[in-house]
Amino acid sequence: MTQNGDNLLSIQNLSTHFYTEQGLVKAVQDVSFDIPLGKTLAVVGESGCGKSVTALSVMRLIPWPPGKIVAGSITFDDESLREASESRMRHIRGNDIAMIFQEPMTSLNPVFTVGNQIVEAVKLHQKKSGREAWDIAVDMMRKVGIADPERRVTEYPHQMSGGMRQRVMIAMALCCGPKLLIADEPTTALDVTIQAQIMELLRDLQQKENMSIMLITHDLGVVAESADDVVVMYASRVVETAKAGDLFENPLHPYTQGLLKSLPRLGEKKERLDVIAGTVPNPLHFPSGCKFHPRCPIGKDKKQCQTQEPLLLEVSTGRCVSCWFAEGHEEAFKRQGTNDESI
Amino acid sequence: MNNENNILVEVKDLKTHFPIKAGVLSKTVGHVKAVDGVSFSIPAGKTLGLVGESGCGKTTVGRTMIRLIQPTEGSFTFDGKDVFSLPPDKMKELRQDIQMMFQDPYGSLNPRMTVEGIIGEAMKVHKYASGKERRNRVADLMRKVGLSPEHLNRYPHEFSGGQRQRIGIARALALDPKFIICDEPVSALDVSIQSQIINLMQDLQEQFNLTYLFVAHDLAVVEHISDFVAVMYLGRIVEYADRDELYANPKHPYTSALLSAIPEPDPSRQKQRIPLGGEVPSPSNPPSGCPFHPRCPMAEEQCRHQTQTLSPKGDSDQHQAACWKVK
Repeated sequence: MTQNGDNLLSIQNLSTHFYTEQGLVKAVQDVSFDIPLGKTLAVVGESGCGKSVTALSVMRLIPWPPGKIVAGSITFDDESLREASESRMRHIRGNDIAMIFQEPMTSLNPVFTVGNQIVEAVKLHQKKSGREAWDIAVDMMRKVGIADPERRVTEYPHQMSGGMRQRVMIAMALCCGPKLLIADEPTTALDVTIQAQIMELLRDLQQKENMSIMLITHDLGVVAESADDVVVMYASRVVETAKAGDLFENPLHPYTQGLLKSLPRLGEKKERLDVIAGTVPNPLHFPSGCKFHPRCPIGKDKKQCQTQEPLLLEVSTGRCVSCWFAEGHEEAFKRQGTNDESI
Repeated sequence: MNNENNILVEVKDLKTHFPIKAGVLSKTVGHVKAVDGVSFSIPAGKTLGLVGESGCGKTTVGRTMIRLIQPTEGSFTFDGKDVFSLPPDKMKELRQDIQMMFQDPYGSLNPRMTVEGIIGEAMKVHKYASGKERRNRVADLMRKVGLSPEHLNRYPHEFSGGQRQRIGIARALALDPKFIICDEPVSALDVSIQSQIINLMQDLQEQFNLTYLFVAHDLAVVEHISDFVAVMYLGRIVEYADRDELYANPKHPYTSALLSAIPEPDPSRQKQRIPLGGEVPSPSNPPSGCPFHPRCPMAEEQCRHQTQTLSPKGDSDQHQAACWKVK
């Protein structure tokens, strides 16, 4: 992937480690991707693959101790977030980059009305009087599709359903007009019909405000519907990046292939589901070489996979994969070798 | 066993209402009608998928069936026995035949017990096996669900989510049950682990001729594993049919909307979505008439007043839906 002027967020070789009592956890290693302006990038992976830590690293919300960004650069709107001061970060968070979380129950404060909580965000970032901020809150609630917002701003979170709370979270995140919205599993806790409503709402708002979205999810269905670009993560690393259409049509990495094959789909009659054998590795003891090799149908017994970590290489325009045996990886590896020599 | 058509499980007009209490004297001021008149039957060796959104009462159906919650009304006939009127000692006996699997592999295993203790506990309680025999049987069960018997003395926290769910399955199988109530057994698991557990459940069903009530909200998973499917909304079954028929030819507008809301993992297959406004209403104060009418795209005046009951649709009387507008 190359850096160009259209990218709102660009992450290069990001590594975030946690120094725990049990040992060093390399939660995110060497992760690079770009999010263009007004587009949606989905980060897909199973639990513990580092997708949420990547998002928190962008927000600089990794708690120290135990966690720390140890390498890489995060460039947002031509500004390096790794070097930004804490007060500058406080200005950026909520104002330029906003985040919504999976659990709409626990991310709202139960002792304040939802209106209060939106007003708090508005007042923190914009010079508005109480009256004006309140009007903005009512307006935002209307925008996210809450009926009768004048009454509902005075309600407490427990008076609302899960879907409504998630709408309030979105209203709060968007009240300052952020350029980038990080949505961490925004619909995982919701029912399918409510999920459809929320994803529709996000798409709508994105179009109106020309906002970029980083969508973190494990649901490939949601990805297929909403994402422009996809980053697949496995055990702290990016294993494949692609345009959404390409990824679903022709997944290159054996992990992506396995994931897509193992999903039960509507209208598909199969006696048995295909499986990826084994379990997600423990971040304290990642396997040597390619981290997927113990579960991989291709690399399980191959010496190269067991000992050498494959590089994430661009195999065609906008398409990267890190697997020694993926289509085009070998050529890309040779190409890269000759480039290095010429330098 | 009922030999006519091999029905193992038959639930008739099941109702579970929870009282709402208020005031100093805890007077009952109303009822949450969590389950309000549910009937179905499952032939031996088959799977019934029970789907619906959160709060529709699907979990309560399962829990009422093994009398973890007392039913308000209705009957449940298992293998010819009327479960709801059994005395406690007979009920304990019957629990050997009916087991349960839970959603949360973290919360449903006692963290202070070893795997051997967890899987063997039911055998101890029911005096099914003891001593060396019990230990052998636990090891055997572990092998069957794909765990290594060397891990007999480990504690739940040493296992991953998928492995814990396997422990839960081994525990459910310990007493050679005939019928297992599976309450969202795969929804807390990672995508790549889900398919392993589903395959395991299918293998075990074949091997032991198990009957499943599979409670879930994921329609794609339910389609894969079920023989029959019942769709619940607000405490009632709104549609019932065999699997292929229901997915190919949904009758009730709620089922159609639910099916259309599932995001397809394939960007080239964009489907027509039936938008459903609003949310599931509170079961303590359900809407009049058809409970689905406030969200239904084809609701008419009549739906507001007329309660709907399941009636045969199409050519077969095996396909039933609770909507007067569909034929």
